[in-house]
Amino acid sequence: MKKSTFYWYLGVIVLFFTACKKDEKVLFTGPFVPSNFPQPTYDLSVNPVTEAGFSLGKKLFYEKLLSRDTTINCGSCHISFSAFSHPEHPTSHGIDNQFGRRNSIAIQNVLWKKGFFWDGGVPNLDLVPLNAITSVVEMDEDPARVLEKLRQHPAYPAMFKAAFGSEEINTATFLQALSQFMVTLVSANSRYDHYVRGEPGGDLNAEELAGLEVFKLKCATCHATDLFTDHQYRNNGLLDDFSFDRGRNEVSQLPEDIGKFQVPSLRNIVSTDPYMHNGKLKTLEKVLEHYSSGVKESPTLDPLLRQADGTLGIPLSEKDKTNIISFLKTLTDEDFLRDTRFSE
Amino acid sequence: MKKLIFGALALFTVISTFSACKDKEEDLTGFGSVEIEFDNQAGSSKLEFGTYYTNTAGETLLFTTFDYYISNIVLIKEDGTKYVVPKNESYFLCKGNEADTRLIKIDNVPAGDYTKLEFIVGVDSAKSVSPISERTGVLDPATGANGHYWSWNSGYIFMKMEGTSPVAPAATGNAFQYHVGLFGGYDSPTLNNLKTISLTASDEVAIVREGGETPHFHLYVDAMEIFGTPNTISIAAKPFSHGDAFSSQLSANYADMFVLDHIHN
Repeated sequence: MKKSTFYWYLGVIVLFFTACKKDEKVLFTGPFVPSNFPQPTYDLSVNPVTEAGFSLGKKLFYEKLLSRDTTINCGSCHISFSAFSHPEHPTSHGIDNQFGRRNSIAIQNVLWKKGFFWDGGVPNLDLVPLNAITSVVEMDEDPARVLEKLRQHPAYPAMFKAAFGSEEINTATFLQALSQFMVTLVSANSRYDHYVRGEPGGDLNAEELAGLEVFKLKCATCHATDLFTDHQYRNNGLLDDFSFDRGRNEVSQLPEDIGKFQVPSLRNIVSTDPYMHNGKLKTLEKVLEHYSSGVKESPTLDPLLRQADGTLGIPLSEKDKTNIISFLKTLTDEDFLRDTRFSE
Repeated sequence: MKKLIFGALALFTVISTFSACKDKEEDLTGFGSVEIEFDNQAGSSKLEFGTYYTNTAGETLLFTTFDYYISNIVLIKEDGTKYVVPKNESYFLCKGNEADTRLIKIDNVPAGDYTKLEFIVGVDSAKSVSPISERTGVLDPATGANGHYWSWNSGYIFMKMEGTSPVAPAATGNAFQYHVGLFGGYDSPTLNNLKTISLTASDEVAIVREGGETPHFHLYVDAMEIFGTPNTISIAAKPFSHGDAFSSQLSANYADMFVLDHIHN
């Protein structure tokens, strides 16, 4: 074989494979488990994520038929660019311009979450949407009627068939589809993640590193692991009167739970303002000011916020505070916030 | 010859003994059915919605709703042998305004003489935290459980009593509402209002036989018990209870509202 002929053949072969590769669709991967995260809590073997299930779940997440008057979908209060929280809204803004009592929580890394809502009233992700649908200040709709509306819809029966093998739309498949979308909302590509995993793009500057050190020492007991929460219920001293909202006590009825709320994750914290269960604190500066000098006394105040000498709060210097904030900004995951697979 | 006769006799004895055994066993093999009726009462008379009654605290009231979950039914023979109804066939929502929901039929009950009955008022903690795909029928939170499920504090409303009373606030239409749930929590503890009820027949027996009649456990369920013993409940003092700490007083009261009045075969 002549050398030129050989190269010609080789060229054709390369072209052939390139062509093949070009035609290949990007495979759907579903949620991924980052190496710096613990084991997921949601059982994916019960509800494995498929491309059809994810697409259906996404359509349902942005479906206004879930609300009584077709004005509100899940994305109304859980907006992708704010890590699926609601910017500039201290509390949830629902149907008929009503407001709830609590701040809309970010939906991210729910694959690892234990206990849903600020009071942990819901144990399993699959049951979460029922709360928003039935809440009279959110969607105010009967879930049975939602199922009926979806059955009458031109697109849904076929989508349920693609996802679950049957056109029948029932409570389980409806909720499982929503979960398939939500568990795929994994945020683990912030600069901090790259730093922790020793990946390119993981450079933290001196101030950020100093902030991380203070954070580990003074914040990480509650904002634990790389999920930045221990999923526990704690009274962080924001208030001393809980008559408006008793928090965890409202679901447990135990007196020791009055004023306790679930420790939130700090991922994408820059994008999830305003802060706290009632959305009362607008900036991270205010949050750190609260912890250093604003903690209020009450019987259920978290012991970690009592110092040995009896003073309340966490001792933080001004430098500590600015360093912590610099560190918290490294938890922003632009890939996640701008992921078009997730946005409406 | 003697040996042969003796041998035959022995053989006969053995066979007849076995046959006798077999005869007796035949009575107690196979399966039958049992019915359990939850017959709602108000004191000494049949409960009627819209009729006025007087509670322990002396308050006049009428009922519009009286529903409860019955689950985890166990039938117990005279000798103590238990038949545990298969878990997934053992959840019932008994509704005050639908008599057929209060007549429960249990099939595939092993033949025997039953004198005791056990069940839970409510939905046990294991089922209360089970995957959504395992919650069908009356446990489907969106359909079957309609109105008997809390989506904000995931769990079933074990007992739902509603009505009106002149002593209840006029601003809310003189309504009173007692919704009792809470199974003890899925992760960290919560209040637990699950009550196991155990009822024993005084001198009657439910005779379950293959192809036989269906014995009938006739239970009286006295709605008025919710207002007295051990706790006297005043509607004026507490017209609403939706899964609050007060609910433990209500569940303590209704734990003894079930009476096995009689069994008929």
